[in-house]
Amino acid sequence: MTTELKQKEEVKPELTTAEHPATKYLREERLPHIWCSGCGLGSAVTSLTNAYEKLEIPVDDIGVVSGIGCAGRAAGYFETDSYHTTHGRAIPFATGLKLSNPEMNVTVFSGDGDLFAIGGNHFIHAARRNVDMTVICVNNYNYGMTGGQFGPTTPRGATATTSPYGNYESPFNLPDLAASAGAIYVARWTTVHARRIQQAMEDALSKKGFSFVEILSPCPTGYGRKNDLGEGIDELKSYQNRCVIKHGSDPGEAEIVRDPEAEIVVGKFVDTDRPTYCDIADEYLKGEK
Amino acid sequence: MSTEIEKEETTKKWSTDRGYLYIREDYCKGCGYCIEFCPQEVLEESEEFNEKGYHPPKPKAIDKCVNCGFCGKICPDFAIWDEKEDSNE
Ligand code: SF4
Ligand code: SF4
Ligand code: SF4
Repeated sequence: MTTELKQKEEVKPELTTAEHPATKYLREERLPHIWCSGCGLGSAVTSLTNAYEKLEIPVDDIGVVSGIGCAGRAAGYFETDSYHTTHGRAIPFATGLKLSNPEMNVTVFSGDGDLFAIGGNHFIHAARRNVDMTVICVNNYNYGMTGGQFGPTTPRGATATTSPYGNYESPFNLPDLAASAGAIYVARWTTVHARRIQQAMEDALSKKGFSFVEILSPCPTGYGRKNDLGEGIDELKSYQNRCVIKHGSDPGEAEIVRDPEAEIVVGKFVDTDRPTYCDIADEYLKGEK
Repeated sequence: MSTEIEKEETTKKWSTDRGYLYIREDYCKGCGYCIEFCPQEVLEESEEFNEKGYHPPKPKAIDKCVNCGFCGKICPDFAIWDEKEDSNE
């Protein structure tokens, strides 16, 4: 009895002004963020800050660039150099940033709609040129911010505001697209794989060249609700059940289908090296070629 | 243009075997991820509401916390994290 009482007394907390370690890289005055309860974007931001911290990249050497949409809000929360650009233009903006400041560690953090619909062309050309940057795409399968319209990654058959009878378009398989366009690092994880995402971001940030990390994220407000996926926690549990890690596998076989039982392939698909855009440009401009 | 904001003591700090566990209740949006995915089943939902109307987590067995750090990584709202006693930061 007495030991029980003693234990109860011991677990009394102390009150402090301590803050989450991620906030070292964030603008505290803008927090808490606007994202919905259970949205995976916040977890992805934490993983990125953890990766910066692990690699000991100083705040002043980082540029975070976002486009428009829920994920597009991310840039505004970073205490690094950060740019909230126009819709779809995060990558061209980031390219300019890299060319004018080659020492900067440039990270693009944006969503599937922004990067692959209106910004799709920019994505493939930056990958083709091998511009040295890390692109993180938080894929929630729909346009969450504007009310849940279908987009370029919405699985066929899924319900969205603009596909009430089921989406009859064919979605992009992002790792396959990135690999085909020439990315030197390609990985996919979900927000339930918090440690793996951090590792993938560390790898991607350390690579010289165009690296791409896709993060599948719950969007309970937009995609989840319209597709009877339950709360964010149900989406994460379903990722735990559905995901199969296949490092080095053919990204062409990693498409995501709507069937809630179907396997989702995650892991590192590509990890290679080739000269970057700046390296090659330097050679030519110096007359070495 | 100063962005300094007055800090309030809004974070609860619990001692664990290997360090501390922190819960900032006013940031929590009640998604339940920390409770569900803590490998040690340290946490449960509290009965109280925070100012946003969510039930933040609270430890039900703080002595089981091993400071693995997973809650701090998966929380989307920067509302829970841990600190190991021997860590530098
Ligand atoms: S609409 Fe979806 S993606 Fe946007 S904040 Fe809400 S849960 Fe996140
Ligand atoms: S640090 Fe690990 S063991 Fe402790 S509460 Fe968090 S998830 Fe659970
Ligand atoms: S993971 Fe974070 S936001 Fe979700 S219930 Fe736990 S403390 Fe609250």
